[in-house]
Amino acid sequence: MIDIAWKHIRRSPYQAFAAVLSMFLTFLLGGIFFLTTVSSMLVLYYFESKPQITVFFTDKASADDATSLEKTLENSGKVASVKYVSKEDALAIYREQNKNDPLLLEMVTADILPASLEISAKDPKFLQELEPVIKEASGVEEVVYQKDVVDTLLMWTKAVRGIGIILASLLALDSILITMTIISMKIAIKRDEIDILKLLGASPWYIRGPFVLEGGFYGAVGALVAWCIIAGLVVWLRPFLLEFLGIVPTLESVLASPTSKEFLLSVGGFLGGLLGTGFLLGSFGSIVALGRYLKIE
Amino acid sequence: MIRFEHVSKNFSGHSSALSDITVEIKDGEFVFLIGPSGAGKTTFLRLLIRDQLPSEGKVFVDDWEIGTLHKSRIHLLRRKIGMVFQDFKLLMDRTVYENVALGLDILGKKQEEIDKRVLEVLDLVGLSDKHNLFPLQLAAGEMQRTGIARAIVGAPSILLADEPTGNLDQQTASDILTIFQQINSLGTTVIMATHNAGIVNDLKKRTIALKKGVMVSDEEKGRYRVSPKVKEKKSHEDD
Repeated sequence: MIDIAWKHIRRSPYQAFAAVLSMFLTFLLGGIFFLTTVSSMLVLYYFESKPQITVFFTDKASADDATSLEKTLENSGKVASVKYVSKEDALAIYREQNKNDPLLLEMVTADILPASLEISAKDPKFLQELEPVIKEASGVEEVVYQKDVVDTLLMWTKAVRGIGIILASLLALDSILITMTIISMKIAIKRDEIDILKLLGASPWYIRGPFVLEGGFYGAVGALVAWCIIAGLVVWLRPFLLEFLGIVPTLESVLASPTSKEFLLSVGGFLGGLLGTGFLLGSFGSIVALGRYLKIE
Repeated sequence: MIRFEHVSKNFSGHSSALSDITVEIKDGEFVFLIGPSGAGKTTFLRLLIRDQLPSEGKVFVDDWEIGTLHKSRIHLLRRKIGMVFQDFKLLMDRTVYENVALGLDILGKKQEEIDKRVLEVLDLVGLSDKHNLFPLQLAAGEMQRTGIARAIVGAPSILLADEPTGNLDQQTASDILTIFQQINSLGTTVIMATHNAGIVNDLKKRTIALKKGVMVSDEEKGRYRVSPKVKEKKSHEDD
């Protein structure tokens, strides 16, 4: 059956090229949007997992002020976690973040850094209720909401995902129609052969199988070429991607090295997903054409 | 066994292709189906392979009733029946060997088995030395032998032949008939629709005559009685 399908493909190279090209464009765009959506969602999850509110205390505030607020919040039953970051802890974090810049390290001491409380609510809807309690607490200088960052990121992620889904769907539809048209033409060309096969007692799958495989082949090859381009782009752009996506630990571990296990597993999984989807998409186009133009009795 | 029980076949806008046919053909018989063009010979054969359905009556092939046979089992019915066509119906882009092997490939046989069986059958029809040629490189008689080889390669219990000698000269037709006799002698039921009075009269086998869809005779050692009109026309053609 595979050799019959291969014969079909070899005998009409231009039609095969058109089908593969269409599939390639679908998977190139679909793949890029998929990766963009996954990356932005990982960034979003990262920010969502960070404390939702950071409360900075004045220099005059005592450790008791922080402890008192911490207790008040815990007693409210609306917070998932509260973490006190002392001036010394803040300095340690600052040093870690700027370890490659000795000049910045020299100029900063624990005194000039504020102590803070990192608060995560059990549910984002509690944030509004917690806000007045925090603002009225003694020694509070500034309250920073992570919510604003998350909201902006969420908006962008939704937009990217929405546009990606619409474009990829349109291209997928186009690919299915092109595959359908090509397979329909082949069914028409092979009408006599199909009639002979039917009279000889060929099973429906024996007749339909090569056409389904042919459609699947177009999809899989289109997806493979798209994967090569996308994987190449990711490797090429890796340092740049690492720079602004590296804050997310998952993405950092994947992008750290193109030969790392995480990177190879990710691109391998992506290849498998694209090939499988490509094969299914092409086969679906063929099956639609067969249902429409090849009634076997 | 093949059985027609009061079978009629009507096509919309046309007169009956077959009308109230009742006949039984036992396993291993050799039967000629004769009659002028439009008599219903091809319809008779097409009903047997369920290429068409009867308008009335029942057609049985062994225990299978054609009219009620489920779509998913049609190919299994056709595997019991080999079919030879007047226009050969060979795949022109495949060699003699590949055309014949197709009959076994669709059955899912292994390659070694296919090789062995195809060579046996090509030997039977006298085409062993031409297995690598394409149909267009063959004479008409050789194309028909290829068609016969393909029809019998799967060892069907029934062989149907629709005007298999229609495009062949008398000598080649006679050779083809010899092959059919050989196949029949191996136990295969052979039903051959033909116009060729010579071979029908020479062989003296059971002969079912149709005329305008009606069965006009069914004789054990039948003769093809050519009407005076046809005789006259034929003698003009021969002149």
